[in-house]
Amino acid sequence: MPITVLMPALSPTMTEGKLAKWLKKEGDAIAAGDIIAEIETDKATMEFEAVDEGVLGKILVAEGTEGVAVNAAIAVLLLEGEDASAADAAAAPAPVAAPAAAQAPVAAAPVAVAAAPVSVPVAAGTVEPFQPEVLTTTAYTTTDIPEKTYDKFVRMTVREALRDAMAEEMRRDDAVFLMGEEVAQYQGAYKVSQGLLDEFGPRRVIDTPITEMGFAGLATGAAFKGLRPIVEFMTFNFSMQAIDHVINSAAKTLYMAGGKMGCPIVFRGPNGAAARVAAQHSQCYASWYAHCPGLKVLAPWSAADAKGLLKAAIRDPNPVVFLENEMLYGQSFDVPDDPDFVLPIGKAKIERAGKDVTIVTYSRMVGTSLEAADLLAAEGIDAEVINLRSIRPLDVPTILASVKKTNRCISVEEGWPYAGIGSEISAVVTESAFDYLDAPVRRVTGIDVPMPYAVNLEKMVLPDAKRIADAAKAVCYKA
Amino acid sequence: MATTPRRKPRSAKSSEVPDTEELVRYYRDMLLIRRFEEKAGQLYGMGLIGGFCHLYIGQEAVVVGMQAAALEGVDTVITSYRDHGHMLACGMDPKGVMAELTGRIGGYSKGKGGSMHMFSLEKGFFGGHGIVGAQIPLGTGLGFAHQYSGDGGVCFAYMGDGAVNQGQVYESFNMAALWKLPVVYVIENNKYGMGTSVERASASTALYERGTAYGIPGAPVDGMDILTVRDAALEAAEHARSGKGPYILEANTYRYRGHSMSDPAKYRSKEEVSKMRTEHDPIDQLKAKLLELNAIDEAGLKEIDREVKVIVTEAAEFSQNSPEPDPSELYTDILVDA
Repeated sequence: MPITVLMPALSPTMTEGKLAKWLKKEGDAIAAGDIIAEIETDKATMEFEAVDEGVLGKILVAEGTEGVAVNAAIAVLLLEGEDASAADAAAAPAPVAAPAAAQAPVAAAPVAVAAAPVSVPVAAGTVEPFQPEVLTTTAYTTTDIPEKTYDKFVRMTVREALRDAMAEEMRRDDAVFLMGEEVAQYQGAYKVSQGLLDEFGPRRVIDTPITEMGFAGLATGAAFKGLRPIVEFMTFNFSMQAIDHVINSAAKTLYMAGGKMGCPIVFRGPNGAAARVAAQHSQCYASWYAHCPGLKVLAPWSAADAKGLLKAAIRDPNPVVFLENEMLYGQSFDVPDDPDFVLPIGKAKIERAGKDVTIVTYSRMVGTSLEAADLLAAEGIDAEVINLRSIRPLDVPTILASVKKTNRCISVEEGWPYAGIGSEISAVVTESAFDYLDAPVRRVTGIDVPMPYAVNLEKMVLPDAKRIADAAKAVCYKA
Repeated sequence: MATTPRRKPRSAKSSEVPDTEELVRYYRDMLLIRRFEEKAGQLYGMGLIGGFCHLYIGQEAVVVGMQAAALEGVDTVITSYRDHGHMLACGMDPKGVMAELTGRIGGYSKGKGGSMHMFSLEKGFFGGHGIVGAQIPLGTGLGFAHQYSGDGGVCFAYMGDGAVNQGQVYESFNMAALWKLPVVYVIENNKYGMGTSVERASASTALYERGTAYGIPGAPVDGMDILTVRDAALEAAEHARSGKGPYILEANTYRYRGHSMSDPAKYRSKEEVSKMRTEHDPIDQLKAKLLELNAIDEAGLKEIDREVKVIVTEAAEFSQNSPEPDPSELYTDILVDA
């Protein structure tokens, strides 16, 4: 059978082109790879190479012809032993059917598979399943997640809790290792990895050069091969050097691999404002990372959060961004005294129950919001404070259940307002509990400026208890 | 061509001649890549493959020669976006690769990755990465994992002459040398990073010297001659495997086609392309050698042609008959169920 040569698409956007010039004439022998014609596409003049070997039997489209549709028959190639009459016969039938790709059916509207895939056990709890108005797949927790309760506690700092979480997981699994700047001999820039080098040795507690993009990529590659790296960024500000690997390499690979290769890795370190370190060292990355499907993003407040969530993050088969806060490292909290203590990812915690207004917050602002709740209580307003713990997935059922009770909601974060976590909370509450609201959701955020150094200006940027209480009073119409 | 004086590349003549069966296998593997890529170009022309499609035609001797030094089931390979040849050389199924190019469920990534994103843990192929240079820290991490687990493996991490000017490549070189990681960095110098020649992009064009500051040995190699590549690969892999740390090979090669499908290649002359094709083609060179050694006769070569043609035809058919992914696939593989 002779081969019908079709007008090729020579750019991603070409639908038709000009057959500028034939470089072979009828009767010429053609080898695979020979340039047989020049074709003008929508972008440029391209050479068209033969894929098959044979003799150019018949030219069907004369050179100089414009507007030749992609996939129209332009010539007939005779194979070994075929003569010109075969070319005439082959030229007769209509061109080969257009390729499937051009007529691909438009995917069914995604609503059909809505409320999909967050794989959390369905609890027989009191919270009704959450159906997001805006379709997301892994950004929201959609059902109530059960959480174990504990009765024995020990007092420890957030710093100790993080160290213990890593040590316990490293004892449990040889594939877990810690890598970062000053994590080994120096014992951590903020002393979070104190004692780990002594216990686990330099094979598993690894000082890196100052080379964030390099070691974030290196650890991601090691995770592809099945290791379970914990990458410490001395602060998350420096993760911007490495963000291509966090997102393009770590977060997207599972999807791009059709599920065949994942990336079990934890990127952790202090996030947000420290004190008097100015703009490049004071920034919250929650909204940056929470934007991206393929990542989980956690932000502990207490030592119990820190320990339970870091252990969960290390065990999780996905890339997890773990946002700590330097100002919390030295604070002490009660932590469950149980070797099996792990927190579920995607489960918020009601730190203070209340009936008048919901305050949704995370990380260091949980403490500030609890102070605000005390101020409010003195004025007769009973605030409920939700510690998100997990930014992505976001525990929407817990937020909605609270708002349906209090009918008023504010969000509190250190980060900037524009496209921040508060914007997301405001959107999801408005979309899914609008009829329950007695006031618009209000956001309390860091001020929309790079962090200043001067002590008075810096103090103006971050939310304090009074600013939070004022916002809560405003939505209660008691300002 | 490079303006800096180079060390004399190794010559194939200095190597022991490998057994003829092996030579014939190299021929077949290179021919498979060539014919596969030609078919991919054709399917692109028919609108069956979309977006970016970077063909490896002309460079076949590099990956096939390097793989001659790889330990099957142990060593790992990672590369950038001109990756179909590496997949086939690793032993991945041409049907799965072609069906990924057409965006079908039978593709290696269920049609969700495309030309630049396929992976096979079984075959030791770790992608397929679309950000120029990003595969180098990742590959260094594969080397780290080989060392950490003590499996004796080596990672072959490929980059083009364009990627060598990315900063993360040097971050990787530093750590690999510091920790003596088993990585062979293969710079496939095909003379052009997209449309920019090496001379217009690199202050020093002796790319094999790029590890000098870190004490990483490097060597240039004629990337159009498979036996030369194979010998260099064996030496480099042995160096890395024996605990001496990374090694850099600069394979001087040439891509016959444009950077991607819509590249008219106006930055180089037709004569330059034609000279490489007629005088340095890796497949023609090995074919001549096989005949000279009486390793195979014309009929044997024809038989290989036929066999390869069948494989490629079947891959093309599979890639068109495999269905598109079900709409529900849109929502899978974002996270692993914990």
